[in-house]
Amino acid sequence: MPDTLVKLEGVYKSYWRDSLEIPVLHNIDFEIPKGEFLALMGPSGSGKTTLLNLIAGIDRPSRGRILVGQENVAELSESSLARWRSRIIGFIFQLYNLMPVLTAFENVELPLLLTRLNRRERRRQVETALGIVGLSDRMKHYPNQLSGGQEQRVAIARAIVTDPDLILADEPTGDLDKQSAEDIMELMTRLNQEFAKTIIMVTHDPRAAKRAHVVRHLDKGELEAA
Amino acid sequence: MKVLKLIFRNTFRHPLRTGLTILGLAIAVMAFAIIRTTVSSWYTASQAASPNRLITRSAVSLAFTLPIAYKEKIVKIEGVSGISHAMWFGGIYVDPKNFFPQFAVDGDTYMGLYPEYIIPPKQMEDFLKQKNAIIIGRRLADRFGWSLGDQVRLTGTIFPGDWDFVIRGIYSGAEENTDETIWHMRYDYLDERMRTEMPGRAGQVGSFVVQIADPSQSAAISQQIDAMFENSSAETLTETEESFMLSFVSMASSIVTGLQIISVLVIGIILLVLGNTMAMTARERISEYAVMKTLGFRPLHVVGLIIGESLFIAALGGAMGLLVTFPIARLVQAAMADFFPVFKVQPITLVLAVLASFAVGLMAAVFPTLKAVRTPIVEGLRIID
Repeated sequence: MPDTLVKLEGVYKSYWRDSLEIPVLHNIDFEIPKGEFLALMGPSGSGKTTLLNLIAGIDRPSRGRILVGQENVAELSESSLARWRSRIIGFIFQLYNLMPVLTAFENVELPLLLTRLNRRERRRQVETALGIVGLSDRMKHYPNQLSGGQEQRVAIARAIVTDPDLILADEPTGDLDKQSAEDIMELMTRLNQEFAKTIIMVTHDPRAAKRAHVVRHLDKGELEAA
Repeated sequence: MKVLKLIFRNTFRHPLRTGLTILGLAIAVMAFAIIRTTVSSWYTASQAASPNRLITRSAVSLAFTLPIAYKEKIVKIEGVSGISHAMWFGGIYVDPKNFFPQFAVDGDTYMGLYPEYIIPPKQMEDFLKQKNAIIIGRRLADRFGWSLGDQVRLTGTIFPGDWDFVIRGIYSGAEENTDETIWHMRYDYLDERMRTEMPGRAGQVGSFVVQIADPSQSAAISQQIDAMFENSSAETLTETEESFMLSFVSMASSIVTGLQIISVLVIGIILLVLGNTMAMTARERISEYAVMKTLGFRPLHVVGLIIGESLFIAALGGAMGLLVTFPIARLVQAAMADFFPVFKVQPITLVLAVLASFAVGLMAAVFPTLKAVRTPIVEGLRIID
C-alpha cells in the first residue's frame, strides 16, 4: 500500500461515564490514500470528531490500530505523539483557536518554535504560509482585529506552516458566513490540488463536502459503506 | 524569547486582575519585610552588645538597686579591666509620650567602656567640667532639635522634682546598630541631690558595667562577682551585656512570637492571592493549552508557561513590595523612634522576601499546572471561553 497514508483497522472507541460504557465508534476499517480529500459527514454524536481526534493522535482508541504513514499512532507515548503531531499533522479547528495575545504572524509561527529552524527561516515559512492563505497584509493583526474568515485562514496557515503530510479539519466552515465558508473551501481545495495535501475534513455542510473527492458517512459510530 | 513574550502578554491579558494581584503581593511582601524588620529591631540592642562587657544588677529585680560600694570589690577581681555604674533616671521631657532612655552615669569611667559612642574630646571635657552636663545621642538631638549648649529640663518620676541640664556633648554611633537615642547625665549630679533630699536613696546604683579583658572568662567572672555578694542584703546577678539585653526582649517574647507568626501568615495570604489568580488563569486557558498540545507542544511547555507566568507576577509583586519597604521603614522608624532606636531593613530580610516571593510563585502554580497537564486534549478542546 505505498499510496495509503492513513489506515484504520478495527478501531473501536468508547467512553466511560461512571460505570457506564458509551460506545462511540464500532470497528472502523478504512484507508485513505495520499493526496485524498475526504469529507466525513454524519449527524451530531455520530463519532466524526472522535474519529478525527484518533487519527490526529489527540485521543486513543479503545481497540484497534491507526496507522498514519508507517506509524501506529495508538502505540506512541504521549511525548512521541506530540513530536509526531508537530511533524505530520496540521489541525484546523471549527472555532479557529488562535492565541488571542499573539499576532497572526506569531500564531502561525507557533508550531515552528518546536523545530530547529532559525528566526530567518521561520519568518520565511510564516510569510509563505500567510501568503498562501492571502493574509500577507494582516501579519501584525491580532485575532480580535480579524474577521471570522480571516481568523480561520490564519488557522489554516498555522496548520500548513510545518508542511505536514496530513491536514485534519474539524468543521472548518462551521462558524462562518456563506461567503467566508466558500473562501475557506476554495483554499482547502487549493491545498489539496496545488500542494498535494491529504485532507480529512469533518463537516455538516453539504456544500463543503462537495469539494471533497470522497464523502464518507458515519452514523451511530459506524462507517457506512463507500 | 517567543515563550517569554507569550508569558509576558498572557500576564497582562486581564490588566485589572493582574494589577490587583501584583498590588496584593506588593503589600504582603512589604508587610512581611516590615514585620521581619520589627522583630530584628527588637534584637538590635543585644546585637550591638560587646562581649567584653558584663552587667551586674540586683538578683531580685531591675527595680532594686545595689550599693555603689560594690564597685571597689568588683574591680579587684582578676580579669576585670574596668568598671563603671549607671542608674535609670526615668524623667519626663514636657510630655510623658516624649519617651527616651536616660541614664545617670559615672562621668569619668562610663563613656570609656563604650567605644562605640564617638564623642569629640572637647565635648567630653565639657561634660566632665559641669555637674548638670549631659551627653546625648545624635538621633535624640535631631528628634527634639537640640544642639550643644541648649538647656533642657526633665521632670523626675523616680527621682522627684525638676532637673535642669545643659547639653555638652552629642555622640554618634560607630556602628550602624549603635543606639543614638540615649541621654547620659552625670551620676554625681543625681547622687548629690539625693543625699540632701532623699538620703536613703543616695549611694545606690542600678547596675555596674564590668569590663573584662577576655570574653571567654565571662562566665567565671560573673560567678565570682555573684558569689562575692551571696547572702548579702543585695545579692547580684551578673551576665553578659548581650544576655542582659536579651532579657528585655524576652519580656516581650510573646509579642515577638506573635509577629513571627503573622509574618508567616502574610506569606500564606500571598500564596492564596496568587494561587487564586493562577487557578482562574489556568482554568480560562485550558482550551488554549489543549490547542498548543495539539500543535505538538509537550506538557512541559505548558508547565513552563504557567510557572513562568506565576513567577513573573510574583517577581513583579515582590520587587514592588521591596521597593516600597524602604520608605515605609523610614516612616515606621520616625513614628516608632521611642521603641526602635535602630529600624533598618536587614539584608537577610530582603533575601527572605525574595525567597518567599519565589516560593509563592512556584507553589501557586502547582495546582493550575497539574490541572492543565492532566486535562486530556479532547476535553480541553471542548471547553469554549
